Amino acid sequence: MRVLSLGRWLRAGRVPPREPASRPSGHRHSGHRPQGPPQQKVSVEVLEHLEHLALVDFRDSEGVERLQKAIQFADQLHEVNTDGVEPMDSVLEDRCLYLREDDVTEGNCTKELLENARETVEEYFVAPPGNIPLVKLEGQKTFLQGSK
Amino acid sequence: MAAVLAMVARGCGGVWRRLRQRCAVRPGSGPFPRGERAVACNARGGMMSAGKSGLTPWIPVVGLEIHAQISSNSKLFSGSQVQFAAPPNSLVSFFDASLPGTLPVLNRRCVEAAVMTGLALNCHINKKSLFDRKHYFYADLPAGYQITQQRVPIAVNGSLSYSLCIDNKMSQMVTKTVRIKQIQLEQDSGKSLHDDARSQTLVDLNRAGVGLMELVMEPDMCCGEEAAAAVRELQLILQTLGSSQAVMAEGQLRVDANVSVHHPGEPYGVRTEVKNINSIRFLAKAVDYEIQRQIEELGNGGTISNETRAFDSKLGCTVPMRDKEGKQDYRFMPEPNLPPLILYDAKSLPANMNHQQVINIDWIRERLPDLPSVKREKLVEQYGILPEHSFTLLVWQQDQNCNSRHSNEDGLPEFFENVVKQTQMKPKKVIGWILNDLLSYLKQHSLTVKESPVSSFLLADLLNLLEKKEISSTAAKQVLAELWKGKGKTPLETVKEQKLELLQDQKELEQICQAVIDGQENEVMAIKAGNQKVLNKLIGLVQKKTQGRSNPVLVKQLLEKKLSE
Repeated sequence: MRVLSLGRWLRAGRVPPREPASRPSGHRHSGHRPQGPPQQKVSVEVLEHLEHLALVDFRDSEGVERLQKAIQFADQLHEVNTDGVEPMDSVLEDRCLYLREDDVTEGNCTKELLENARETVEEYFVAPPGNIPLVKLEGQKTFLQGSK
Repeated sequence: MAAVLAMVARGCGGVWRRLRQRCAVRPGSGPFPRGERAVACNARGGMMSAGKSGLTPWIPVVGLEIHAQISSNSKLFSGSQVQFAAPPNSLVSFFDASLPGTLPVLNRRCVEAAVMTGLALNCHINKKSLFDRKHYFYADLPAGYQITQQRVPIAVNGSLSYSLCIDNKMSQMVTKTVRIKQIQLEQDSGKSLHDDARSQTLVDLNRAGVGLMELVMEPDMCCGEEAAAAVRELQLILQTLGSSQAVMAEGQLRVDANVSVHHPGEPYGVRTEVKNINSIRFLAKAVDYEIQRQIEELGNGGTISNETRAFDSKLGCTVPMRDKEGKQDYRFMPEPNLPPLILYDAKSLPANMNHQQVINIDWIRERLPDLPSVKREKLVEQYGILPEHSFTLLVWQQDQNCNSRHSNEDGLPEFFENVVKQTQMKPKKVIGWILNDLLSYLKQHSLTVKESPVSSFLLADLLNLLEKKEISSTAAKQVLAELWKGKGKTPLETVKEQKLELLQDQKELEQICQAVIDGQENEVMAIKAGNQKVLNKLIGLVQKKTQGRSNPVLVKQLLEKKLSE
């Protein structure tokens, strides 16, 4: 589970990997274990990476502290032995995925949709230009076209 | 592009070295000796010399990622309509706009389209596939994530076979194969129109949520020519299946190319991704340019960075597209609102389930139409035409499909077959009339086969006259030109009107031949001396006298007979 791996890596002060880390079987904790020693601080690089990805702003030490506590809270999941158990990715796994017929049943509500927008131009939504980088990069601006 | 074609003929790899050597002979002339586009890049980027390292060959590696828009009435997860041109934001449901409280509901037709495509490309269809969320921020992605199939896609491990012409004349074709890594279902994003003047982006969500099939190919190709041929064949297959109309100009087929180069025996080099390729022609250009760019860069001691580049069609080169911010982290997570997609086959069909909720892979497999390669084989086998002719028949149809919105019309192959049915002329001869004469008229007047003023019936009629030797082939061409005007006359009427019937009276013909012989003393002497070519002049004169109404073969026989007397 992504939350578990994130916790482990953050405690080690490293950048989280892109794929869920494979679990070394030796590290499985059977039975209870205490909360563990006081955690290292979350590194600045990791914080910036998270802020960039999720467009959140941890802003001050209180925010970072709250993050730390949240990770600690989630780490309690380590107490469960999950050796040889296939991860569950949806509580719906036993449900049938409903298939819809290919009929046009929605749409044509331009006016309603545009009512939500603060600013519109001739029935288009208006957004700021491209992706604005959080940190000003040296040199050229990000060059983005209509297609990604 | 002769150099590139030569490379294809000899197999890729080593010849890239020879290409560079050719460039070394004429420094500054760019990667293609006859390339106009490359010269423009030269002017911009400075001299592109061949570099010093000389003769170590480079192996280019090309892999394609293709997004094909599924041909369906409604979108992948919502009931709003799929249509190319429509007033902005008129084909958008609340789910497409990502309003809170909306949920995705999977469109059955999209699943069937993906299964059909997977089967046609020899893939293994996963009976259980999963949906995931791929997160990134962009104005035309209102949810902040795209629903895709990253972990377990609907189809894996397939192959696509395509044909390549060895030379320009299309008289020699080889078959190549590229492996398909996977096919997955995913959502399309909306469209952004950048208004730089007012520093804003206008967003139209009509396209947001439309079903896409992403086809990931293994890097089995080595040049632009192969990439283009593979995509052409894929386009043809998709159009034949009807799973996608695959018209690149309308964005229904989008191709991104991954390109790298390495020395033989060494590991693959760093790859770059090339985007913004809007046609098959540009695909070949972009790939070849990027290969050459990388070779030049590495040859000069530089390095290739793992970046995304855009193809600039005006300049014919690739330019860096994004900031070097490192790889995007998409934070994939399972889509919590969708259970696994389960597909069945004849064996695993559940007993008590609603028919409409069941997708049976075997049922779909049985109903697959003949794929282009099968159609071509059948034409060759049934009618004895050459493979390259069957190729042209189907490729013409494909071009038609791309230019018109109505694909899968009765086209050239059907026209050809109809003519064959109604005439005694051998198919091998008929195909010449279709591909040389009819096709050039259609192209000249920009018409589809359906719009042709000459129906298969009329053409068959004309060819019968020719076959029965009632007219000469020159006369037949004249008649065809007249028929093309569409005045409603039959071939026979036209022949009578223009007096094009072949002279049937042998005696009259003999007299004319004799007259010509008598009038051309010098030529006769030349022929008797051994110069056979001059005979053609005499034949020509007889034709003139008979106003094209003599059978040239017969005339030749008569003349030869007379001259040997």
